[in-house]
Amino acid sequence: MSEPLSFELSRPSAQPPRLPEADPASPGPADVLPAGMLRARPPGLPRLSEPEIMRHYSRMASLNYSISEQFYPLGSCTMKYNPVANEAAAALPGFAGLHPYQDEDTVQGALELMWRLERALCAIVGVERVTLQPAAGAHGEWTALRMIQAYQHSRGEARTEVLVPDSAHGTNPASAALNGFHVVEVKSGADGRLHLADLESKLSPRTAALMLTNPNTLGLFEREILDIAHLVHSAGAMLYYDGANLNAFMGICRPGDMGFDAVHMNLHKTFTTPHGGGGPGAGPVGVKAELVPFLPAPTVERTDGHLTLDFKRPRSIGRVRSFYGNFGMLVRAYTYIVAMGGDGLTQASQDAVLSANYLRKQMEGDLEMPHEGPCMHEFVASARNLSHEGVRALDIAKALLDRDFYAPTIYFPLVVPEAIMVEPTETESKATLDAFARAIKEIVAEARSNPQSLHDEPKNLPVGRLDDVAAARHINSYLQGLSEDPVLRWKAPA
Amino acid sequence: MLDAIGVKSMDELLVDIPRSLRIKELELPAGLSEFETMAEITALAARNRVYPDRLTFRGGGVYRRFVPAAVAAVTSKPEFYTAYTPYQPEASQGTLQTIYEFQTMIAELTSLDVANASLYDGATAVAEAAMMAHIQTDRTEVLVAGYLHPEYLEVLRAFSEGRGIKVRKGSEPSQKTAAVIFQQPDFLGLLTDAEALTEAAHRVGALAIACVDPISLAILKPPGEYGADIAIGEGQQLGLQPSYGGPHVGFIACRRELVRRLPGRLVGAAHDAAGRRGFVLALAAREQHIRREKATSNICTNHSLCALAASVYMTYMGPEGLRQIAEVSFKRAHSLADRLAALPGWELAFPDRQFLNEFPLRVPKAPAVIRKLARKGILGPLDVHRWFRELKGVVTFTCTEVNDPGAMDELLAVLES
Repeated sequence: MSEPLSFELSRPSAQPPRLPEADPASPGPADVLPAGMLRARPPGLPRLSEPEIMRHYSRMASLNYSISEQFYPLGSCTMKYNPVANEAAAALPGFAGLHPYQDEDTVQGALELMWRLERALCAIVGVERVTLQPAAGAHGEWTALRMIQAYQHSRGEARTEVLVPDSAHGTNPASAALNGFHVVEVKSGADGRLHLADLESKLSPRTAALMLTNPNTLGLFEREILDIAHLVHSAGAMLYYDGANLNAFMGICRPGDMGFDAVHMNLHKTFTTPHGGGGPGAGPVGVKAELVPFLPAPTVERTDGHLTLDFKRPRSIGRVRSFYGNFGMLVRAYTYIVAMGGDGLTQASQDAVLSANYLRKQMEGDLEMPHEGPCMHEFVASARNLSHEGVRALDIAKALLDRDFYAPTIYFPLVVPEAIMVEPTETESKATLDAFARAIKEIVAEARSNPQSLHDEPKNLPVGRLDDVAAARHINSYLQGLSEDPVLRWKAPA
Repeated sequence: MLDAIGVKSMDELLVDIPRSLRIKELELPAGLSEFETMAEITALAARNRVYPDRLTFRGGGVYRRFVPAAVAAVTSKPEFYTAYTPYQPEASQGTLQTIYEFQTMIAELTSLDVANASLYDGATAVAEAAMMAHIQTDRTEVLVAGYLHPEYLEVLRAFSEGRGIKVRKGSEPSQKTAAVIFQQPDFLGLLTDAEALTEAAHRVGALAIACVDPISLAILKPPGEYGADIAIGEGQQLGLQPSYGGPHVGFIACRRELVRRLPGRLVGAAHDAAGRRGFVLALAAREQHIRREKATSNICTNHSLCALAASVYMTYMGPEGLRQIAEVSFKRAHSLADRLAALPGWELAFPDRQFLNEFPLRVPKAPAVIRKLARKGILGPLDVHRWFRELKGVVTFTCTEVNDPGAMDELLAVLES
């Protein structure tokens, strides 16, 4: 059950599609441009008919697990159901057909949507303004840190360090480094929460910001968040909220009230825009008043019901993306917020917390739970208790695939050995959670009785475990010039 | 479920949240039925004006092109759009294989060795390429030659500032230059001497970064053949709707020597124990989830679904189809340019420069001309004076396969009236 590549299916005899034609008498590129500028050989694209193309992609689609068919408890990624109405909304010609350089008078509906989405996000996270420009969560992190940097420079401060907990998402230190900051790690305590004394010892006049997600990546609420905020602000630094875990508390509490100065949100997690196999997402950033002048330009402004784009923002950090962000994703997220309303979003977060705690309880006897509950919207288990049997988190993940579940996030956060990070979300039924817990129970039983069989899983998928070590070795040979097979692309057999 | 957990109320699960932080409710309206929701959203959409494809002559980075129905038919398959980054390869072969095909097609199009799985857009692709050059050469200046898209330049500046990289405009690189960046064709639609700029970069040990229009590569010599080290670009024209500027897709390809510096995801071929071929995320050691602050970039999510659209588009077109699209656009644009330049007071802004299907004209009373066209339902040219002080009265027209000869007649009729 595998599918050849389009390049392998390609037939030289396939007819090109029928396309508009130009007047044959009018001069073409070869008549006008110097020969040295022209492409000599056509690009090696495949040649297939439409029916062949449709079958090729349908067969590839069938090789994927997705939310539409499977439970997808990928921790930290909030793989909740994506309402199909969102897709219908984004496809409306009144949105999909807009050119970004149309006059403002002709896009009032689009600007109104962006303005209302901004107001809604401000209400949800408790900030003054939001930029919708960043294209993804990591892009939002980087944007927020850039604003913090610009703000501090404007006050004559040269703060060069960003503090990041050891349990943080990898994007946090990477985003800090991209802005030229030194990354200083802050330890977690035994209870899985930020170690306050360690934080205090690492705060200094060099500290620009602490990046934090709350609940943290262990799914635990940072109980001492108000003390953390106080410590950070007393050092003259800012507090940055990584919004990956926002789904835990909409309508329950708000990062702005906790003391966060900048907040990014993942519209593709909390607000149901589809993950698309790895994007496009959207990572808006909300800020408190003192950072507002530094927001990327343009912002959307509304005066007497008339909407405009404000490009004249002298202290802005500039632009972080072309045009106005991933507008199509903004339409989807706004559609979701309108449908859910304040009551629905609150219910969603409560249900997410309920599901996670329920599933955690069901799995308690089978896998280790390194931290005391209750958890928020996700929890981290550990397969450490199966180490005697030689069974690892990876084996559990593969065995789940064979039982028609997508696997939780594994080996993250790094502070838990053999981590299995489970985020069930609010859109799964109790029956699904029970079935998943049963599967875990079966797998753990199998680990005890016949561990070898787990090492051979998955057995029911198009491919078994792929040897990525060998692949990396082949890529290295290519990169060192010892082989002509790039591995990272198809090449016609010589 | 509360019973099973062993608590009496939801509040017991939220016990770690300080009481002082709890809010009563969100200050948002109550939820609506799907019917009411769609009525509200549709009303917003109705407040926008959509110009027909054939009467759109504005480009500037986003173009109207024929999009085969096959594109939406594939990208609306929920197996593709509701999956996530393929961390479990055995259950994600569909996504992985489509990315591998995308990487191959971009590498073929640019004639470079390796392309990645996609980036957010053309603007961030420019910035990411500049960062690659900075790391590779350990130099702290990038040189931007010619008319790079002004928004790409702004994004490049924003990225560079945090990193302490200087962005300079000009065409004379120095020993400090990490890379020479140029757009081909440029923001105005003009063709640049890409080979000369590439040679100038290499003479001082800098990299040459070509920001290219993917459709143009059916006609023009690809970056890999004139020696560019990195090619980047915006892929919106490969089957994506304008959608008020996004989501679209950035692409990046490079020479073998630079592959380890590539940002974002890369997919490679691998085999299982039974010898079956499959696809996996490769060279992850460059990435943020492994390398953290030492990663080549912070990218986690990119634009896979948009890359899928581009793959379907390129597969549908094939080499001949893509060439025909490019040629038809070229011919129609040149015929339109001739007719427009013949209008009284109108002239080509750069008469000695070549172009493909977007071109700058100097016209009297440009803003009035654009307003007049809008009144007649035509999305007229782009007034580029907004970004470039020296280009007063200069507008750029775009013409593609969707602008049929009748549409051009309508455009001319309004302009002559």
